[in-house]
Amino acid sequence: MHRSMISRMAALAIAGTFAMGTGALAADDTLKIGFVGVTSGPAAAWGISNVRSMQARADWLNEIGGVEIGGKTYDIEIVTFDDQKDPKRAIAGMEKMAQEGIHYVVGPNVDDGAAAVRPVAEQNGIIYFPYAFPKELYSPPASNAVLGMVANYQSGPAIYKYLKENEGVKTVAFVAANESDPLSQRDSGIAAAEAIGLEVVSGNVTFQVDTTDFTPVLTPVMRSRPDLLVLSGVSPANAPQLIRSARELGYEGLISTETAQDASVLQEGAGDLANGFISVGGASTPDIASDLMNEFVERYTKQFGEYNDESNTKVYALEYILETLKANPAAIDNVDEFKKTMDSFEVANPYMKGDAKLRYVGSTSFGQKRQVAVPLVVNVYRDGKFETLFVAEVD
Amino acid sequence: MEQVIANSLYLGSQYAMIALGLTLIFALMNVLNFAHGQMYVLGGFVTYTVYGQLGLPFVVALLASAVSLAVVGALVEYFLFRPVMKRSVREESSMLLAAGIAFLLDAIILLVFGEKQRGVPKIVNGVFNWDFRLIMPYDRILICILAIVFIGGFIAFMQYSKTGRALRALAQDRVAAQLMGVNVDRYSMVGFALGAMLAGIVGGLLVTITGVNLGMGGPTSIKAFMMVMIGGAGVISGAIAGGFILGALEAVGLAVLSQYGDITYLLIFVSLMIFLAVRPQGLMGKPWG
Repeated sequence: MHRSMISRMAALAIAGTFAMGTGALAADDTLKIGFVGVTSGPAAAWGISNVRSMQARADWLNEIGGVEIGGKTYDIEIVTFDDQKDPKRAIAGMEKMAQEGIHYVVGPNVDDGAAAVRPVAEQNGIIYFPYAFPKELYSPPASNAVLGMVANYQSGPAIYKYLKENEGVKTVAFVAANESDPLSQRDSGIAAAEAIGLEVVSGNVTFQVDTTDFTPVLTPVMRSRPDLLVLSGVSPANAPQLIRSARELGYEGLISTETAQDASVLQEGAGDLANGFISVGGASTPDIASDLMNEFVERYTKQFGEYNDESNTKVYALEYILETLKANPAAIDNVDEFKKTMDSFEVANPYMKGDAKLRYVGSTSFGQKRQVAVPLVVNVYRDGKFETLFVAEVD
Repeated sequence: MEQVIANSLYLGSQYAMIALGLTLIFALMNVLNFAHGQMYVLGGFVTYTVYGQLGLPFVVALLASAVSLAVVGALVEYFLFRPVMKRSVREESSMLLAAGIAFLLDAIILLVFGEKQRGVPKIVNGVFNWDFRLIMPYDRILICILAIVFIGGFIAFMQYSKTGRALRALAQDRVAAQLMGVNVDRYSMVGFALGAMLAGIVGGLLVTITGVNLGMGGPTSIKAFMMVMIGGAGVISGAIAGGFILGALEAVGLAVLSQYGDITYLLIFVSLMIFLAVRPQGLMGKPWG
């Protein structure tokens, strides 16, 4: 009795080990994709929308059996690092990605972080997708960074031209937070406005990034009575307060920004005062969103409780990485192969209706294809939601 | 000029309230509460939930912020600061604990309330406009008055109530207060709860003006430290003076120096360094602590 029990247990153990072995053999390999960006502090919304987009899409892909690249199926694992918007931490984050053998990283979210990680990425064979605008990151001799969105120097001129022609805007004022991204966006915005013949009546008012009450900040700007007030590089946290303060100070002109905003945040923070506010939207509108985009929004909302409009843009980076790897499986651990593929890469855009394509652009701005092609959607906020003002393409 | 004075008063009143809670905790326990800003943010989120989400009256929301933060403060003192301060004589221990609590609260706020900026409906509509010489929304005027009333109430409480007298005795000399029969443990907890409650109330008040987001805690703590250093650490009247001085400096700087870019805080920090080199104990602090 005792002996037979031991035999049975031994048999079970062997069977279990065998089952586990075959299970392990049958399990998919894992493809790690990194994220280095800001997920805490005032700009947390930018990085969190990245992370959540990536996680929602990765979970979805894993749920339907993973991603097939070069005949092998991979589960996608997202490895994240909060750089706290600090370039030193961004470097540490990129080094962590290199140590984990990751070759494709989304982020960082801001200019100085994206510039800081460049040597680490280039030395360790990492392609990264920043949401930062300095042209030198994407222009030769740099070649490892791919801009993950539309830059302000691409969207700004389009917005100012539209407002000049359709709303009769003649004068413009700029306000920016006192840090690298908003200041560089302000400078390029001023150049773009002047280039199309707008008069810049105020361009040097800035504010501390942790400012919470903008009435004293905007008081001198309002004296210049501009037709258009541009909130350069404004974070979603600051936009409602700036709009509210401007309107309460009696400003009746147009207000715009070239950064992405969130309708629910504007509604809560500024209410009806935000009506007419123009911003660059997530790369989707109800008119152009495919069923896949709608399902993504549904899954994201279910997983995280609330959707972020910015994720309409942020969902693209992971898709570009995976689709490019599918197009050239040799790139899975060789970024030179990835770069070769970028020039000719083109597949159907699953997030848009019609015949839109996923392809790399940027030749005009950077002299090489180092930008993902996402639609430039310019929105106007009205009564709690964004309405599309116009949709354009950039290269 | 009228606008600058009004902005100074408005900023000063809210800053003074933020600094009061911090300086009270410092006076009682010699603890620099790095989590004060996070407590302010938590108070803002409680008001956001009760007033903005549940639709209950603003007064109820403010009360909820006050009570919940008082409870948080009492728990933090009882379960965290008290054992650490009894077991460790090194001041760094309590500072590290406070920093750890700040990170903990940040993480909890992110999990519960999310990363987005939140705002609530205005409590009063309309804008006071005196021929464009002085523009001030009515809700800011109301918040300014409420803040001044709360500051007055707090001073009266500290001056005339039995608890206030016990807290002042504790702040002046902990050992002597204990020898006179003051229950030091109990009043330390009451004081910490009161300090946290003040942070909660000001968070609840300001969420109607500035909204609230996860990242506001750290910068709020830094500003509160500046005010406390200007006025004198651990001195109630010093914190109030520090708040109004910082508010005035900020309002004047933004009005006068705006054409030179954002140099207001640069000059404030430089002035603070020079001031502290000359008078390290602050305006109303004592050189011996």
